[in-house]
Amino acid sequence: MSTATVGYTNDEAKAKAMALGAKMRRMGGWYVAEHRLRGMLAYLQTMIATSIGTPVLYLYALGVGLATLIDANIGEGASAVPYLVFVAPALLCSAALTTATEEFTYPILLGFKWNPIFFAINSAPISGGQIINGVFYAVTIRLIGQSIVYYLFMIAFGAIPGLWGWLTILTATVTGMAIGTILMAYTASMKEDRGQLAYIMRFGIIPLTLFSGTFFPLDTLPAFLHWIGWISPLWHGVELSRVLAYGYEEPGSLTAVHIAYLLALTIIGVVIARRVSARRLNK
Amino acid sequence: MLTLVPQQSASNEPVISARNLVKKYKDFAAVDGISFDIAPGESFGFLGPNGAGKSTTMRMIGAVSTRTEGDLSIIGLDPNVYGPEIRSQLGVVPQSDNLDTELRVRDNLLVYGRYFGLSRSYLGPKADELLEFAQLTEKAKARVDDLSGGMKRRLTIARALINNPRILLLDEPTTGLDPQARHILWDRLFRLKEQGTTLVLTTHYMDEAEQLCDRLVVVDKGTIMAEGSPASLIRQYSTREVLELRFGSENNAAVAKRLKGIGDRIEELPDRILVYADNGEHELARVTELGLNPVTSLVRRSSLEDVFLRLTGRSLIE
Repeated sequence: MSTATVGYTNDEAKAKAMALGAKMRRMGGWYVAEHRLRGMLAYLQTMIATSIGTPVLYLYALGVGLATLIDANIGEGASAVPYLVFVAPALLCSAALTTATEEFTYPILLGFKWNPIFFAINSAPISGGQIINGVFYAVTIRLIGQSIVYYLFMIAFGAIPGLWGWLTILTATVTGMAIGTILMAYTASMKEDRGQLAYIMRFGIIPLTLFSGTFFPLDTLPAFLHWIGWISPLWHGVELSRVLAYGYEEPGSLTAVHIAYLLALTIIGVVIARRVSARRLNK
Repeated sequence: MLTLVPQQSASNEPVISARNLVKKYKDFAAVDGISFDIAPGESFGFLGPNGAGKSTTMRMIGAVSTRTEGDLSIIGLDPNVYGPEIRSQLGVVPQSDNLDTELRVRDNLLVYGRYFGLSRSYLGPKADELLEFAQLTEKAKARVDDLSGGMKRRLTIARALINNPRILLLDEPTTGLDPQARHILWDRLFRLKEQGTTLVLTTHYMDEAEQLCDRLVVVDKGTIMAEGSPASLIRQYSTREVLELRFGSENNAAVAKRLKGIGDRIEELPDRILVYADNGEHELARVTELGLNPVTSLVRRSSLEDVFLRLTGRSLIE
């Protein structure tokens, strides 16, 4: 049997409130991440099946199967590599992108609209910005975990010749975040789902996956379509991953642009999502 | 088992104090200059029709909605500045249950407790205590979606108590529940009240307000129409008894004209005539002496509903 005391003065309450408030202002986002990760356990089996099934299927189908039709190495000079080595970093980034688009959209709409748990969290000492931070932390953890598994399969398939290949785990994660956080900001502003998310997936994400230098180099496309790659976070992530995975040659300044672009989009996405979320919760 | 030790508050300083509180959405004032104080351990109600501004007021007290004008202080702190600090001392039961349906019943309590910085080792036994308090021990591992409406409500209340809140905010706590579920809930809330928790609730159920509130304000169109204990409001705005007479829908209007001078006040409704008086039987005798024979008659005690309808009108509010 436990005992709690409810008698108090405002000064006593204030002292406790100030101490706890300071802690939650500091740590709140991590508690949201803990909650979100716990929520993900509800579909743990799907997560594991996806994490293992996706690399096996895609690496085999494209890197091994389709590769039998592609005799020539991809790229020029020292950068020329077998198709498997060329396509594997792109598949890793695409997988991260797919997971990010799922985790940064429907759970956000769920929390605001379908099962408005974000309002309950906000009733505790957690701000709208911290809710967004928490989702961001949780999805980042999932993306890193999933990318590690994917990377192990890439090694098993012999798709990673470079020493710095393991860094593609991070580039894939950031690629997912760069698009995901922008989608999160948009989803946080959605009042109703009238199929916008499905539309974005079908006519935004899938074309992006096809035309971002993933399955074939961007310069094989007509010049007037190259802009798709330049604005596509996936193209920047894929190119960066290729630099790290097998030493794909490109100007150092372009590598810097890849990193800056991906990080900038991630930051912009988070900042806007935080603002939208705070405004939506403060009715 | 959860046992809260009732204590006299060490101070009579209000835990919640509002002065000329205003909340505007563009040009519409949902709350239009209300003032009130709530003492520690008090059970305080906002009674009003839909759209009166009750929930908006509750969100401002809950430090999640920024006020447009006026002063508001919760445990001596300004919610515009100290939102998280204030919320750390509150328990909130929203109008609609927003439990996490991805988690099981007990996990909802464990996860929510973490938002108050509570350790996992503390939260395990605490969650079990609260499940017992909410009569949900058997459902600890159930899915939230499998609970009845009353069970979900009790779980939401249990969740709101995870941090031993100093103030419990309840927005229409029993709306949509069947009578059994309402009575169980009232019992639980009454226990909390006995234990000294400050209860602030909104309702449009008069019996609920009478059961639970030491003091209440009747709110309509964002302003306070009346304030007092349920008994004092009845005394002030109604009579001790009400005589309800039915002469048939077609005859009520004509009969009402002949009843002038009977009771303190007469209200004519389409289906019946209400005579407000301190002694209903006495007035019924006077009606009969006039040679009027109602189809049915009923003498009842005046209720908060009479006060409510007098202050907020009888037209449908949607």
